[in-house]
Amino acid sequence: MLSYLVFFACVVLILGVLTLGLNLQWGFTGLFNAGVVGFYAIGAYTHAILTAAPQPQYVGNLGLPWLVGVLAAMAATALASWLIGLVTIRLRGDYLAIATFGVAVSIQLVALNWEPLTGGAQGLTRIGKPLAQLFETPFGFNLWFLGLMTALMATIYWALDRVLMSPWGRVLKAIREDETAAVALGKSARRFRLEAFVLGSTLMGLAGALYVSFIGFVSPFDFLPIVTFQVWAMLIVGGSGNNRGALLGALVVWAIWAGSGVAVSKLVPPSRAAQGAAIQVILIGLLLMLVLLFRPRGLIGEAAVVSRHVND
Amino acid sequence: MIQALADGILTGAIIALGAIGVTFTLEIMRFANFAHSELLTWGAYIALVIVTFAGPGTPTGPLSFGWQLLAAALIAAVLTGLAAWAVDTLVFRRLRHRGALPLTMVFAAFGAALVMRHLIVLVFGHESRYYTRELQIAVELLPGVRMLPDQIFILGLALTAMIALHAFLAWSRTGIAMRAMAESPALAQVCGIEVDAVVRLTWIISGALAAFAGVFTGLTPQLHPEIGFNLLLSLFAAAILGGTGSLAGAVIGGFLVGLAENLSLLVISPGYKGAMPFLLLLAILILRPQGIFGARN
Repeated sequence: MLSYLVFFACVVLILGVLTLGLNLQWGFTGLFNAGVVGFYAIGAYTHAILTAAPQPQYVGNLGLPWLVGVLAAMAATALASWLIGLVTIRLRGDYLAIATFGVAVSIQLVALNWEPLTGGAQGLTRIGKPLAQLFETPFGFNLWFLGLMTALMATIYWALDRVLMSPWGRVLKAIREDETAAVALGKSARRFRLEAFVLGSTLMGLAGALYVSFIGFVSPFDFLPIVTFQVWAMLIVGGSGNNRGALLGALVVWAIWAGSGVAVSKLVPPSRAAQGAAIQVILIGLLLMLVLLFRPRGLIGEAAVVSRHVND
Repeated sequence: MIQALADGILTGAIIALGAIGVTFTLEIMRFANFAHSELLTWGAYIALVIVTFAGPGTPTGPLSFGWQLLAAALIAAVLTGLAAWAVDTLVFRRLRHRGALPLTMVFAAFGAALVMRHLIVLVFGHESRYYTRELQIAVELLPGVRMLPDQIFILGLALTAMIALHAFLAWSRTGIAMRAMAESPALAQVCGIEVDAVVRLTWIISGALAAFAGVFTGLTPQLHPEIGFNLLLSLFAAAILGGTGSLAGAVIGGFLVGLAENLSLLVISPGYKGAMPFLLLLAILILRPQGIFGARN
C-alpha cells in the first residue's frame, strides 16, 4: 500500500507539472492548447532517445546522463513549441485548438512510425533514471524520486509564482482580459502569447522527460489524445488561473482515474477490459461537463487580485 | 492516379456530409463542436443495431444490401438528429443560457465527445463490425478505375442529400430562418424568428447528415468506435476550407479534402495518412483562414 502511495504521488506530481504548464497557457494567457500530449511526447522521446542504453538497431539510444536528457528535453520542446507557435499563435481560440490538436496527432504518428529513432510501436526501454544505480529496490528508487519531484515541484511552483507576479505575468493577464487595451498600451500581444506558449510547453516537455525517467520506458501508446483531455479535466476541475487549483485538480482527477481503474479491474472480467477502460473515460468526460455546468470556476478558481495601491 | 481521384471523391462525399454539420454549429451555434464526429459514430452504430435485428436485407442487384439497410440508415438519421438535440438540451443549451464563452462550449464538447465515444466502446467493444458479409466485385468504370457498386450508390445518395438540403435552405421559410440566424442571431430574433426552434432544427439536420456519413463510412467497409473520431480533423479542415457558413463551401471543402487525402497517399507512406488532414488544415489556416468562399473581415 505504501509503495503504491509513493508511486501514485510521483505520478500526480509529474501530471501536476503538466497541468501547471497548461495553466500558464490557458489560465493566465487564454491560449487554447488542445495538443498538450504532443509537447509531453516531445519531451519524453527526446529524453528517451538521448539517455536509453545503446542498442545496435536504433540510431538514438545514446546513453547520455539523466540530467543531459532532461535539459535537452526542455530545450527540444521549447524549440518545437516556438516553431509551432510562430505559425499557430495568431489563430483565434477554437482554430488554435484544432491546430494544436492536429499537432499532437502528428507527433504521435511520428513516434509510432519513425522506428529507427523511436522504436516504433515497441517503444524504447532502459531509459536513463536519476541515480538509479544507488538504489537496490524499486521502492527505494521511487522514494528518492518522490523527494526529487517534491523539490522540483516546489521550485517550479515558486518560480511560476514569481514570474506571474512580475510585470511580464501581469501583461499576460492584461492580454487575456482585454487584448485591445493591452495593445493600446504598447504591449505586443503576439509576442507575449508566444512566450507564454513556449514557457508552458517547456514545462510539458519537462513533465514528459520526468515521466519516462520515472517508469523507465516509453511507448507511443502513452501519448494518445486522451492524455490531453485528462490534463484539461485536471485544470478545469481544479480551477484554471490558479496554480494551487491546477495541482489540486491533478490530484483529484488522477485519484478518480486510478481509483475507478482499480474498481473496474475488480468488477469487470479481464475479457471485458476495453469496456472497463471505457467506463474510466466516461467518468472523466462526465466530470468535465458537470464541473463546467455546476461549478465553472473549478474547485478553487482564480483569486481576484486588487492592486495594492487601491487604498492609497 | 485516376483511382486515387475516384477514391478521393467518395471520401470527399462522406467528409462533406459531416462538414455541413460542423459548419452549421460554427455559424449558428458559434462554437467548434468537437463532439460532432461522434455523431457519425452514433449514426453508424444505431443503424448497426437496427440491421442486427432486421437483417441487412437480401442484396439488391449488384449492391451488398437491400432496402432494409437504407431504412435503417433513415431511422438512424432521425435518431442521431434527436440525440444531437438531446446533447444540446443537456449540456450546450444550459451553458449558452448562462452566457458561457464559446471556448467553454468547446471544453464541454470535448467532454461530450469522450462520453459519447466511450459509451459506444462500452456497449460494442473495440472489435470491427460489419453491416453485411456479402462480397462484392468491383466494376471498372473507366480504364483503371474500379469502384464497388455500394460506393457508387453511396456517392449518389450523398449528392441527393446535399441537393435536397440546398433546396431546403434556399427556398423554405425555415431554411431562410436558419440562414438568418447564421448571419446575425440578434437580428433574427428581432424579426420574430423562434431561436429555439431554429437551434433544434440545426441539431437535427446536423445529426442526420452525420448519421448518413457514419453509415456510409461503416459500409465501406467496416465499423469501429473510432470511425467518427478519425475523421474529426478532416471535417474541420473541410468546413474551414469551404469558408464556414455556406453549404456549398462545406461540400466543396469536403471533396477537396477527400481528394487531397487520397492523392497524398501516392507520395507519403500510409503510416502518416492520419497527419494529412492536419497538414491541410494548417495550410488553410495560414494561407486563407477565411476559406475559399469566405470574405475577409
